[in-house]
Amino acid sequence: MSAVKSYDHPTNADRFNKDQSRTHWHDSALWFIREKRDRMANSLPEWETLRACASQIKSHTVSKLADYLEEFERNATARGATVHWAKDAEEHNRIVLEILQKHQAKRIVKSKSMLTEECHLNPWLDKHGIEVVDTDLGERIVQLREEPPSHIVMPAIHLKKEDVSDTFHEHLQTEEGNCDPNYLTESARQHLRQKFVQADVGITGVNFAIAETGGFVVCTNEGNADLGVSLPKVHIACMGIEKLIPKVDHLSIFLRLLARSATGQPITTYSSHFHGPVEGGELHIVLVDNGRSKLMDSDDFRNSLKCIRCGACMNTCPVYRRSGGHSYAATVPGPIGSILNPLRDAKHHKSLPFACTLCGSCSDVCPVKINLHEQLLTLRSEVNRQKQLPVSKTMPMKIASWVFQRPKLYAWLGGIGKFFLRTMPRFLIYNGLNPWGRNREMPESPPESFRKQYAQRKKSQKSER
Amino acid sequence: MRVALFVPCYVDQLYPRVAMATLDLLEQQGLDVEFPEAQTCCGQPMLNSGCDQDALPLADRFLDIFSGYDAIVAPSGSCVSMVKNHYAHLVHEDARYETIRTRIYELCEFLVDVLKIESLPVKFPYKVGLHSSCHGLRELRLASDSELNAPSFNKPLQLLEMLDGIEIADLKRKDECCGFGGTFAVSEEAVSCTMGRDRVADHLQAGTQVLTAGDMSCLMHLAGLIRRDKQPISVMHIAEILAGYGVPQ
Repeated sequence: MSAVKSYDHPTNADRFNKDQSRTHWHDSALWFIREKRDRMANSLPEWETLRACASQIKSHTVSKLADYLEEFERNATARGATVHWAKDAEEHNRIVLEILQKHQAKRIVKSKSMLTEECHLNPWLDKHGIEVVDTDLGERIVQLREEPPSHIVMPAIHLKKEDVSDTFHEHLQTEEGNCDPNYLTESARQHLRQKFVQADVGITGVNFAIAETGGFVVCTNEGNADLGVSLPKVHIACMGIEKLIPKVDHLSIFLRLLARSATGQPITTYSSHFHGPVEGGELHIVLVDNGRSKLMDSDDFRNSLKCIRCGACMNTCPVYRRSGGHSYAATVPGPIGSILNPLRDAKHHKSLPFACTLCGSCSDVCPVKINLHEQLLTLRSEVNRQKQLPVSKTMPMKIASWVFQRPKLYAWLGGIGKFFLRTMPRFLIYNGLNPWGRNREMPESPPESFRKQYAQRKKSQKSER
Repeated sequence: MRVALFVPCYVDQLYPRVAMATLDLLEQQGLDVEFPEAQTCCGQPMLNSGCDQDALPLADRFLDIFSGYDAIVAPSGSCVSMVKNHYAHLVHEDARYETIRTRIYELCEFLVDVLKIESLPVKFPYKVGLHSSCHGLRELRLASDSELNAPSFNKPLQLLEMLDGIEIADLKRKDECCGFGGTFAVSEEAVSCTMGRDRVADHLQAGTQVLTAGDMSCLMHLAGLIRRDKQPISVMHIAEILAGYGVPQ
């Protein structure tokens, strides 16, 4: 399965759904995690309180983000780190490249960072002759396949063990057809060990940066962030500016929520704290805006900056589960991605706010209480305002609105519609022009509308009196 | 109490039996119910399509037509939520809206919270599968959902359990979306139908004989799949069941 080329969600989702057994397998795999998350959330009586606290802390942080960022910079610098500011992806990539070139670094190990994915760091470094190896197992699998991640927490969730076996056989020379997960994992471990040992520089993402201390936390289940930055003397940590929290006291709330929401674990296996460079080494922290500060100004969408990237909204989203992460054609897919991407680029991602039934499950599962489905609804009007909706979508609504403002015309047209639905031959109703009827029967048309029946009833009640 | 019946446009045209059952049910409770005949559509399809400017005049009409009633009741969680929650996108600082949003009720909510009914004289000896429609569930909070860690309750189920002889089907995923989603059912036809078929499969494994919900839109989508696939499940709106209507053959 190669990366999806189209930006149109329905087109990609349609392709994904062609293989129904894979669609169901994908749905079940993610639903399994959603249920695990439910058990974990229900095991804490204080769960909703944690969510409320996390939401408030994030709202507060976003409202004073500039102050907290400066506080973080002061404290991180005092601990010996070098803080860089990048306004966009391009600047971020340039900064990282300059640091690498200064150290004549040729081999880089990276621990999963969706931000570097968002900035397309890998191809950029590749172009400059620098080898970057993603060290998270899932991330490594998709990297070998030259695919983007399909999920922000489980990047290879779209792949079965047979797919992984084929990939490893091709790239790591594992035994053909051996799908034993232990064997495959061990092969990846041996392969990655070599990369860790050879690395000149380690790059990591950041889960939480703490303004008060100037430190930051990276959460992984494989310990790969720790391995990646322990041997090389240079550590580059790349973070979106929204990853900040004010105080170290707040951290426990987020660590308890993050893993439970993401994978249904009580806590990630490794929550590693970094405070300044290792002895004789360098720590660079790159703070990236890339459109984030624009969201701060928006009353409608500011809330999406609270996101801690747990992926719970993806796991719970019935559309994501049945269309796959690649159908979103974006680094961050699912409900939160359907907000963030169109706000950055409405032209390409205009179909995403509509890739949603507005079921609201994402809003209730979100550990920081982002009103995801409400924002998706608001965003649809925003996409329209930016003139990104085709006339074929806006014109029927204009006409319908005009008719609905005229109750007599509406009742008359309703009668005609029902008449045709009752009397037209099947091929005129069920054809390529009717996407409802491809897989479903149309409703059976009653002879009379309710309003007609009601009027008759009222009339006969009057005559009875 | 002056009660207005709000009938969603597609229910008016395609499912008059549902609207009639709602009217009967409310009258059985001794209420004087009026159907304001100028009503058409609340504007939800327009707002959900991103055409808020086309929804606006419909919201304005709605507020005019339904002002002055003590309660407005509709057999649809989705349309009620549109008025109660999403008109906030369209009208601002409108006194009519501030009043109406506190007086509009989904049918089950009205029966349980306002009329506080405790029994219904209806015999319904079937295994019933309740589809919890999303807007009723997560926007009107007619029931608790599985995402929140909160006390469990379910108003539509509470009503169904009052019926004589009824058995409730036990679903594996009790509150998953059916995939209707308004224009989503058409624009994302593939995912919509996969979702719908998954819901039907859950009801089949649970032994559902009669599938019901508070929203006819979800049921229209599910019934479309059930009929196409010739599955042995009848579909009824909850108002029809509660009003004592028979199972359609």
